[in-house]
Amino acid sequence: MTEQTGRAQFKNQDPPLWVAWHQALASIRVRFFRQLITSSGIALGIAFFVSMQMLRMAESTVAKDEARLTWLIGTSLIMCLVGVTNSMLMSVTERFREIGTIKCLGASDSFIVRVFFIEAALLGFFGSTLGSLLGIVLSIIVCRVSGLNPPYAAALSSLGLGIGMGIAMTVISAIAPAIQAAKMPAAAALRMDI
Amino acid sequence: MEQQTDVVVRTVNIVKQYGEGEALVRALSGISCEIYAGEYLSIMGPSGSGKSTFFNMIGGLDKPNEGSVFVNSVDIAQLTPRELAFLRCHTIGYIFQTFNLITVRTALENVTLPMLFAGVQPDDAEEKGMKLLDTVGLGHRYHHRPTELSGGQQQRVAIARALANSPAIILADEPTGNLDLKTGQEIIDLLKMLQSEHGVTIISATHDHKMLDVSDRIFHIRDGQLAEIETKADLVTASAAGK
Repeated sequence: MTEQTGRAQFKNQDPPLWVAWHQALASIRVRFFRQLITSSGIALGIAFFVSMQMLRMAESTVAKDEARLTWLIGTSLIMCLVGVTNSMLMSVTERFREIGTIKCLGASDSFIVRVFFIEAALLGFFGSTLGSLLGIVLSIIVCRVSGLNPPYAAALSSLGLGIGMGIAMTVISAIAPAIQAAKMPAAAALRMDI
Repeated sequence: MEQQTDVVVRTVNIVKQYGEGEALVRALSGISCEIYAGEYLSIMGPSGSGKSTFFNMIGGLDKPNEGSVFVNSVDIAQLTPRELAFLRCHTIGYIFQTFNLITVRTALENVTLPMLFAGVQPDDAEEKGMKLLDTVGLGHRYHHRPTELSGGQQQRVAIARALANSPAIILADEPTGNLDLKTGQEIIDLLKMLQSEHGVTIISATHDHKMLDVSDRIFHIRDGQLAEIETKADLVTASAAGK
């Protein structure tokens, strides 16, 4: 059957990673302001996390109640996660036409998922770097004001922990939006409503 | 035009339904047709006639509930999502009413994107992209963003993009719908030129009468059925009778 030979030519092929990378960078650039807000959400969450981490390291620790502190940090990170997921889901529905068009041009579902994850990881990196620095600076100021000895030695490890945590969080929160984007029908490109 | 015997799209009794039970809507109730390689086909029909659904079916954007659609003898209902993406990439070029260029990319990048999906080397893709932009008369504006181009120019870029992987079919959804009369005519001339000089098959959904004038055949869709097929010969006799 001709139908059979027709099928045989289909190969499993995805464009090189840099194509997805460029697409992700371009998406961030075009919605720079919105992405800035998403990113600052991450930054604030991570700033809180890092400053708590630093204060915990400080001598004669402020928070004597370790369990309460953990709970506080956990809650703030979860709130941050939910916020980031929400804004990413919104950006998927906003971009239905773009996603549909890229699908019409031949993008596979995995390409679209990849773009979203790269975008999330980039946002996570910038947001959490900013947030970690902010958190470290604030905690040092707080230590100085309250007459404690700031834990300078812990600053570097807190920075690393903050960035790692931030990237992990944004990538986790990108899972649902990325799946939603990949499921978007290609026919969405033809829809007129916005 | 009767020499055009190569069938590029064939539909066999396609049925498409939306919803269930009481809310069941039958968008298409059994359309069988053949579309020939190298022809300029227009699809007409009032809104709600199933025109868009039919259009999506032959473009591999949607699958029928019953019946089958063969694009280049491949039954699209049998394809996995990845194979469908491959088919869209290599066999079909899309042109939209709203242009749908990727706004953050330059004109050239828009044209090269489908080629990168197809696995073409970036240098080769750029070379071919420039050639295509020259074909549509925009070679000198390759580095411009879509926002810096007029509607007609954007549609030209979209046409160049649709041609990127030398598809068997170009699917155009109301390509002149968002353009003024003059630019619309230019786009129609360009599409006609591509069809007559490069042998591209063009399938377009349209209301535009200027578009119908250049068509080889016109499908009229009514109530989910292929009500009538008009050929160019019919049109000529009709207009002669009118005079």
